[in-house]
Amino acid sequence: MLRYLLKRLWHTVYVLIGISVISFIFIHLSGDPVMLMLPGDASIQEIEELRQQLGFNDPLYKQYIRFAAHAIQGDFGNSLYYKIPVMKLIVERLPASLELALTSMIIALVFAIPIGVISAVKRGSLLDMGSMFAALFGLSMPHFWLGIMLILLFSVKLGWLPTSGRGTFAHLIMPSLALGLSLMAMFARLTRSVLLEILSLDYIRTARAKGLKEQIVISKHALKNALIPIVTVAGMQFGFLLGGTVIIETVFAWPGVGRLVVQAIFNRDYPLVQAIVLVLAVIFVAVNFFVDLLYLYLDPQIRYFEEQ
Amino acid sequence: MTIIIDEIAPRLRLLNETLREVARRPSALVGGAMLIIIVLTSLSFPAVYNVNPLSQDLMARFTPPAWQEGGTVAHLLGTDNLGRDILARLLHGSRISLLVGFAAVALAALAGIILGLISGYYGGRIDNIIMRIADIFMAYPFMLLTISIIAVLGTSLFNLILVLGLSDWVTYARTIRGSVLSLKEKEFVEASRAIGTPHRTIITRHILPNVISPLLILGTLRVANIIIWESGLSFLGMGVPPPMATWGRMLADGRIYITDAWWLVTFPGIAIMITILSINLLGDGLRDALDPRLRNI
Repeated sequence: MLRYLLKRLWHTVYVLIGISVISFIFIHLSGDPVMLMLPGDASIQEIEELRQQLGFNDPLYKQYIRFAAHAIQGDFGNSLYYKIPVMKLIVERLPASLELALTSMIIALVFAIPIGVISAVKRGSLLDMGSMFAALFGLSMPHFWLGIMLILLFSVKLGWLPTSGRGTFAHLIMPSLALGLSLMAMFARLTRSVLLEILSLDYIRTARAKGLKEQIVISKHALKNALIPIVTVAGMQFGFLLGGTVIIETVFAWPGVGRLVVQAIFNRDYPLVQAIVLVLAVIFVAVNFFVDLLYLYLDPQIRYFEEQ
Repeated sequence: MTIIIDEIAPRLRLLNETLREVARRPSALVGGAMLIIIVLTSLSFPAVYNVNPLSQDLMARFTPPAWQEGGTVAHLLGTDNLGRDILARLLHGSRISLLVGFAAVALAALAGIILGLISGYYGGRIDNIIMRIADIFMAYPFMLLTISIIAVLGTSLFNLILVLGLSDWVTYARTIRGSVLSLKEKEFVEASRAIGTPHRTIITRHILPNVISPLLILGTLRVANIIIWESGLSFLGMGVPPPMATWGRMLADGRIYITDAWWLVTFPGIAIMITILSINLLGDGLRDALDPRLRNI
């Protein structure tokens, strides 16, 4: 058990180091930030002084070590555009993005699992075919377009919901639906296919043969095992969801980190971009680390093999 | 001569059987037919519908679709804020989306095949290094990875294909590696190794042909994803630069006029959706026909 945990922890650490190196390299390939920090008529001497002062003349590896040492302490420097600490901006905006991503994930799972289960149990029925066809449609719809269509219907035509911004529950409905629908479609398909595979296994036949009610066979025997791949994919998709908020936040003017990073890229605000990438990556690996821990609970085989 | 026939005949038979198996799936047939129609329409665009997607007609701004009051058959799906024909722009955009989708997938698959084969076949330290790099790429938020590279490289059609292709190699490398690991233990590979066949020949003659079906399924489904990402990047203003018409930018531009001209935001989305739907249907059909074990992809 301890070995398993240590292995996962090591995986988390090197992934984070790797991401920080990649984003550090990108930022440095993006051009000279000093030129953006000074007015257009700055002299060569002024430029050189600022470069020296900020340590941009040091070798790249030294700059990376300095960056990493500060980053571990949560210090990513000041935003070139907003002129305030980058971390302050992220801490202000992150709750909005997490709220959106979490709501979308909950909407997706709450609807998708029952749809997938019903489809698997009633395989080949009209209900199964209808919901799987709908799921295929859901998967084929770009979420930002769905967002625009929701605005067109519920804000422009019907006037029921606000077009943009954050604050009330009404503001949350359209962005989370737009972000969650394709995820819902994917989970419904996944649940159905995993469950179908499990329902054909011997232990399910045994459970049925000993006279258990079908409802118990499905809920206690089949679904519990089907949860393992669903949880894995949910963990991975959470990272993609945070990435997905980049566009949906732009559509709905949602004040989260996604919109912040798009603006930061256009403003060439590199410290901000770098910090957001790292913070999102930390959340991604943390969620996946948590999912790995959840396996220990869901899948006794992992516990058994790790102990051997 | 006989040797050549002996080698080719079983492969042709296998191909024939595979095609028959694919043709038995209605979803593959419908998806394939839809995709062929989309590709043909896109390729024959100027010949079939000879309207310049860039020509502006300020007198005909915001013309609604032909079936609406004020619409005209000259602009079947209406015009935009500069009086440009929506249908012509959609057809032009389809070329960009399909080109980016297929080219980026080809690039990603090529990188993934090479790395996956090396990783799975040779194992050991090189496998470890490639897979650890893959882990890092998996955790890097894909949209942020692509937009931060484009911010560095600048927007162009070539850069877009390059970025989307190189960001997506991991899925292929992992799939190929998994297949190679199980193939490596098979008797025919061991026998070939035992008689002293060079590694390169084993990889190209025995391993590669056997990983083609998972690759084909994966590649088809990824084209759909890449097209969605391309339109997303265009929507953010990081796709192919103007004046080329792309579906994503048509959506972004049309969004400003959403209260007055619904058609500006509706048709580009429908175009994306139909294209993705056809690819997904084809991919699902291929998967069911070629490898039912991959149902979860």
